[in-house]
Amino acid sequence: MDASAGIQIEGLSKRYGEGATAVDALREVNMSVAPGEVVGLIGPSGSGKTTLLKCLGAVIEPTRGRITLGGKVIYDNGWKISDLRVLRRDRIGFIFQAPYLIPFLDATDNVALLPMLAGRPNAEARARALELLQALDVAHRARAQPSELSGGEQQRVSIARALANRPPVILADEPTAPLDSERGLAVIRILNQLATQYQTAIIVVTHDENIIPTFRRIYNIRDGRTFEEVGEGRMLQ
Amino acid sequence: MISLAGRDILHSSSKFVLTGLGLGLLIGVTFTMAGVYRGMVDDAKVLLNNSGADLWVVQKDTLGPYAEPSSIHDDVYRGILGMPGVAQAANVTYLTMQVRKGDTDVRAMVVGFLPGEPGEPDYLIAGRRVTRSHYEAVADVSAAFAVGDRIRIRRHEYTVVGLTRRMVSSGGDPMVFIPLKDAQEAQFLKDNDAIVSERARTAANPALNRPGVPGLLDAIEATQTSNHNVNAVLVQVAEGRSPEAVAQEIRRWKHVQAYTREQMEDILIAKLIATAARQIGMFLVILTIVSAAIVAFIIYTMTLGKIREIAVLKLIGTHNRTIASMILQQALGLGLIGFAVGKIAATLWGPAFPRYVLLEPGDAVSGFVIVMLVCVLASTLAIRAALKVDPAAAIGG
Repeated sequence: MDASAGIQIEGLSKRYGEGATAVDALREVNMSVAPGEVVGLIGPSGSGKTTLLKCLGAVIEPTRGRITLGGKVIYDNGWKISDLRVLRRDRIGFIFQAPYLIPFLDATDNVALLPMLAGRPNAEARARALELLQALDVAHRARAQPSELSGGEQQRVSIARALANRPPVILADEPTAPLDSERGLAVIRILNQLATQYQTAIIVVTHDENIIPTFRRIYNIRDGRTFEEVGEGRMLQ
Repeated sequence: MISLAGRDILHSSSKFVLTGLGLGLLIGVTFTMAGVYRGMVDDAKVLLNNSGADLWVVQKDTLGPYAEPSSIHDDVYRGILGMPGVAQAANVTYLTMQVRKGDTDVRAMVVGFLPGEPGEPDYLIAGRRVTRSHYEAVADVSAAFAVGDRIRIRRHEYTVVGLTRRMVSSGGDPMVFIPLKDAQEAQFLKDNDAIVSERARTAANPALNRPGVPGLLDAIEATQTSNHNVNAVLVQVAEGRSPEAVAQEIRRWKHVQAYTREQMEDILIAKLIATAARQIGMFLVILTIVSAAIVAFIIYTMTLGKIREIAVLKLIGTHNRTIASMILQQALGLGLIGFAVGKIAATLWGPAFPRYVLLEPGDAVSGFVIVMLVCVLASTLAIRAALKVDPAAAIGG
């Protein structure tokens, strides 16, 4: 695997609080996700999944360890808030449990917003958004407001948004939670296709028993420690 | 880059417009209050302008004739006419009273004047000037009288022969102009019962009804039923003469008080309507604070309703500046709608007010600037809340 791409986590620890009340949410976590790979991150509530995702998402600083996202070491050499903001905008795609689309922007502009924030001209950003909506089979709903979209359509738009700036990394936080099993599997199928197509490293946090068998590699997190497991990698049709 | 504020406003346009409408009505009330104050000041100036006088000669040690009662003999004007620098001088009376028309009565300031002299209404919007020496009147249109109407002032009936506009007292009461002699009678003459009673009392007084002095009682009674007082003498100074210099001469030699235009304006504006102005000023301050509180509350509530979206925006790399600008633009948009609604509302309902409401363009400009400043200040609370949103809130439960 190319060490300069994808996601590399080495000896990552995160401690909340100090002294007697200190809580170690992550303890010496090691992980790697190659470009084009989709891995599952599972674990019970309170095991540290969200903390790990927040560290990877460049919104909380780890206590120790090293994170490399798309070949860039983050929290290194005194990163500023503005650096982290640009990193999140350009190099990380986020997919949330609920789509969290901006309610006052239509599907196209929800996707185009990211390239626009990155300074792309509006026309170019919208063309990119339409291309992604087409790839995700929601181009016919391009002008629809989020409230006019079904749950599945909203989730596909949010996936398109995560891909808008062609990030090398996507973090998906229970993306199938609001969907039925069929639609949930469809989302995972799309993520796998996109990972291959755009060579994106994708981490999917999930509790969904339906989709866990689809991962080839799974990281099980318990008490802040990760354990790598080999998944079934069941073929998605 | 698309306008996030503009899209949000369009998305919730009905909510935004209704809020703007409510705010606008409040701003309209604020404008109207300012307009009422301006109207009071303007009424005072118009009152002075329309009198056609350069000097007001009144009873010594009084602020008459508008602010305090003043009574001077009606022959004082002759002496004033003979003074250097005086071009014209005329007696006038002012009396605020109820004027009856049929079964209704209107509060009005009855002005007694001499035709062709200072004090006569300058222009008419309908009818003609007073030409007869008795029982004709010219009324301000705000009294709701029409030409040909019969009105009752004390014991006599008058025919309204002309109408004028913007001739009101400093209290906002419409003026009714009648011949001076009639006005003197209305103001100073006692009613019939009082005269009979007074005559009986005089006749019963042996000092005034002496058998050896025929005609004494008649002479005394005659003085009791006639009155030769007026409230003021309006003076026009000769061209090129200083009103202040002429006023000084009048004060010195005639033992009366003489006010120049500036002094009279000061009495009317600084003294007569000062309390009302302070009252309106307090209302303006309170209404501005209430408007600011409403804008702050609305923008803050709207922002709190978007906390999750703001967290997502921050997570995906939106600059704090962009989010702050979105909230600020929404506050300014609300202020803009509020200002437009307020200005239109004040313009529409202003004429329906019983007192003159003067909406000056300068006040509108100042109002616009204040509304926008209030909106900027009001949005700071919401901006603060938005900037405190942690992008991490978008991730996880």
